[in-house]
Amino acid sequence: MNYFGELFFSGLTRGSIYALLALGYTMVYGILSLINFAHGEIYMIGAFTALIVASVLTMKGFSSIAIIVLAGAVAVAYSAAYGFTVEKIAYKPLRQAPRLSPLISAIGMSIFLQNYVMLAQTSDFLPYPNLLPPIPFFDRFSSVIGPSELSIVLTSAILMILLTLFIKFTRMGKAMRATAQDREMAMLVGVNVNRVISTTFIIGSALAAIGGILIASHTGRINFYIGFTAGIKAFTAAVLGGIGSIPGAMLGGLVLGLTESFATGYISSDYEDVFAFALLVLILIFKPSGLLGRATNQKV
Amino acid sequence: MSMDKVLEVINLTLNFGGLCALDNVCLEIKKGEIAALIGPNGAGKTTLFNCLTGIYKPDAGDIFIYPPQGKQHRLNNLKINQITALGIARTFQNIRLFSGMTVLENVMIGRHCRSGAGIAGAILRDKGTRDEENLIVNDSYKILEIIGLDSYVNDLAKNLPYGAQRRLEIARALATEPFLLLLDEPAAGMNPQETKELEKLIYQLRDDLNLSILLIEHDMKLVMNLAQNIFVLDYGEEIARGTPQDIRKNPAVIKAYLGVEASA
Amino acid sequence: MKITDELKKSLFIALWFILLTFPIMVIRVNTIDQVVVWRWTNLFYVGIGSFTLSFLLQLFLKKRNQSAKTISATTSPLRRLLDEPKFSRPALILIAIFTLIFPLIFSHYQINIMTTALIYVMLGLGLNIEVGLAGLLDLGYVAFYAVGAYSYALLNYHFGLGFWTLLPVGALLAAFFGILVGFPVLRLRGDYLAIVTLGFAEIIRLILENWNEFSFGPSGISNIPRPGFFGINLSSEQSAIYMYYLLVVFCLLAIFVIRRLKNSRIGRAWNALREDELACQAMGIDKTKIKLAAFALGATWAGIAGVLFAAKTTFINPASFTFMESAMILSIVVLGGMGSIIGVIIAALAIILLPEYLRVFSDYRMLLFGAALIAMMIFRPQGILADVRKKYEFHKTNNSRMTR
Repeated sequence: MNYFGELFFSGLTRGSIYALLALGYTMVYGILSLINFAHGEIYMIGAFTALIVASVLTMKGFSSIAIIVLAGAVAVAYSAAYGFTVEKIAYKPLRQAPRLSPLISAIGMSIFLQNYVMLAQTSDFLPYPNLLPPIPFFDRFSSVIGPSELSIVLTSAILMILLTLFIKFTRMGKAMRATAQDREMAMLVGVNVNRVISTTFIIGSALAAIGGILIASHTGRINFYIGFTAGIKAFTAAVLGGIGSIPGAMLGGLVLGLTESFATGYISSDYEDVFAFALLVLILIFKPSGLLGRATNQKV
Repeated sequence: MSMDKVLEVINLTLNFGGLCALDNVCLEIKKGEIAALIGPNGAGKTTLFNCLTGIYKPDAGDIFIYPPQGKQHRLNNLKINQITALGIARTFQNIRLFSGMTVLENVMIGRHCRSGAGIAGAILRDKGTRDEENLIVNDSYKILEIIGLDSYVNDLAKNLPYGAQRRLEIARALATEPFLLLLDEPAAGMNPQETKELEKLIYQLRDDLNLSILLIEHDMKLVMNLAQNIFVLDYGEEIARGTPQDIRKNPAVIKAYLGVEASA
Repeated sequence: MKITDELKKSLFIALWFILLTFPIMVIRVNTIDQVVVWRWTNLFYVGIGSFTLSFLLQLFLKKRNQSAKTISATTSPLRRLLDEPKFSRPALILIAIFTLIFPLIFSHYQINIMTTALIYVMLGLGLNIEVGLAGLLDLGYVAFYAVGAYSYALLNYHFGLGFWTLLPVGALLAAFFGILVGFPVLRLRGDYLAIVTLGFAEIIRLILENWNEFSFGPSGISNIPRPGFFGINLSSEQSAIYMYYLLVVFCLLAIFVIRRLKNSRIGRAWNALREDELACQAMGIDKTKIKLAAFALGATWAGIAGVLFAAKTTFINPASFTFMESAMILSIVVLGGMGSIIGVIIAALAIILLPEYLRVFSDYRMLLFGAALIAMMIFRPQGILADVRKKYEFHKTNNSRMTR
């Protein structure tokens, strides 16, 4: 398996996770024009919750499969609940406020959640068990792509397809698209905007939680701060693809993952995070609308 | 009154994606003239203003200005603030005052491009800077007196009644010492009494301050009273131009505003 | 008995939070030692805490809705107090005296803390230029702070130049970086501007951390000399006192300069920029010039603070210049009331000094920050002290008199 191929699949794996996270950012931004700074923390809480449930169940002697399923399900439910709650506390009261206020509130929530987990748990890096379902079928491809990596890529792909179908064909999906285009008008035609917004946060948080579990299982460790770096990178991916655009978030995630992988592989691995930030800065300066986004004209 | 032109627009074209907002529009304003730009909603009037003031860049065509003191300029690629500094000022259709600032300060902002104190001046507050500040304050107050807003001088702009806010927009634009004033629906939302006062004010501005004025308006009575020359746009194209008498009887104009039956 | 509605709602909210925080608060996991600890008492804390908070909140909101006043119409009692010359003048004199004799009363340790607080006052005032006056949301302010600190440390290390030589150098380099950062972001709106500045700051920090040949990496630079006092060698106690007075002088300088800037032609232009960028340009203001000026001037104070910080602690490393720092400085500006100089000073002193003197809360400092930011934005977005506009006075004479 040559070096290029390794880097490629490793980049694909990273990219899938970024895509999952980026979806949450892009959906919220599309509807509320808000950068949900706390989204990275939801991802981290999802991973932590899975860890906690898994640890407890392990001690009680549950089977591996049961642990994986239960930990995953509980983590997703909890992340969705956290996302829902965060929106109600920090963003809903500020819907009519000038743009600066919800942004600062989001930063405050991000800081709060990070420290909440750090104080309630620990500031150390904790080893993370492998919560990926073992599928022997995947071992077949291990010369090309590792089984855990394959799980991640496939899971992400399935989730993204499901999301796209949801947005396109369900009533709620249509309501979400309408609200993203014109919130007031959607309200006037009878869309329950509050419910749409809550659903957006719930879905985004659920995806983030799965992403969190996947990546923590893959890297084998977790700590309260992983949300910050992953969050910034996922936001980069969302912007790269065109903020507000769901296919854009997916594309952006993959592009970022691959770029990072190849850059760290061929240029330098010390500056891994720098590549993501540099990419972010460059895109925002030269093409703020992103790859798939459209520049919007303001009526003067 | 000299008959030199101050503004010349030649074949101005602007597209938004697939939509043609302005299609080969031509316009001419003479010195000391009050001209009006009318047309149904969505005709492209404000879009034209935005092109003139540098907010939009036209896709084709030219905009030339001929300041009374100074040389001719082509406005096409200039920045918004450069165009204002050259002497074209505007008001906005949706009021865009600095609502958290006082009435006086709003007008003082207009004086920015006619003053020069910089960072050093701000910090040191030397005599030159202090004199300039005093001058700015006095000049701004004088403008408020002309417009009739001096009683509101220290009130916050957002607390003003609607009609006063519209007049403050004009005051602010005047502070930039323009030779050409673009008014975007100055009478919108005004009652007949306020509109009458506005009419008097616009005459006063033209006569006392030697301004040329182009206004977008829907209030036909005001337009017919004020304008010496009227341009009519519909769907981005010019459909008529002429004196108020010409326009009043022009079938194309009547059709655009009222539909086919009315012109019969 | 309308109160039962609120009680029921609070009960529901308490239950929700108990359930929500159950895994993280109650179950502590340690996979290194393979231990799981159950802390059931936390359930009660969460329950009682959220019940009480939500109940009080509902009462507060009910009261606020009943009273006719809006938020913007009420001037805070603090502001009314400060406006009263009978109070403000003696208060100012007392503060001045206290500031002067502070080092003579308090211990070496406390002088150091106060000096740190003053550094944050300066940082808050500097960021206030960008965020409060010009409305440019800079989330990467700490980068300029780092430029100041590292330029002192490195230029001193390589060329042996002293504090007083390098202080203006640090300031100028920071200003230069301000323009460098400001230039590409001129077109960007609020959120985008925030993220790009954050990105820039992180890039700078990562470079400092990894480019060992240049910056000595994570281990940082030590043995940075303290500022010289006419060539005399000072003991560490004397140096601390010297540092304190230096900081006081520079803070006063910052206050003076920023006040002047605020009430000047460029201050008004910044105000207009913040209110409505398009209308601002339409009135003839060159937004490029004033945005770059805001970045440069804001960055300068961070640079000065950086040099002073390096000289005070004699050791710097990249860990002092994280996003958390930027967030904290931003908190100071926001909580203080954007644009308000006194507000920023109070906020900086509160944020730095309170955790020191309320030791029991120090672990929770960041947690409370986060909560304070959220609460502030919801209940009092204008900050502790809303900014007050200067009033101009007129008597129909040829010259005008401006008050305050």
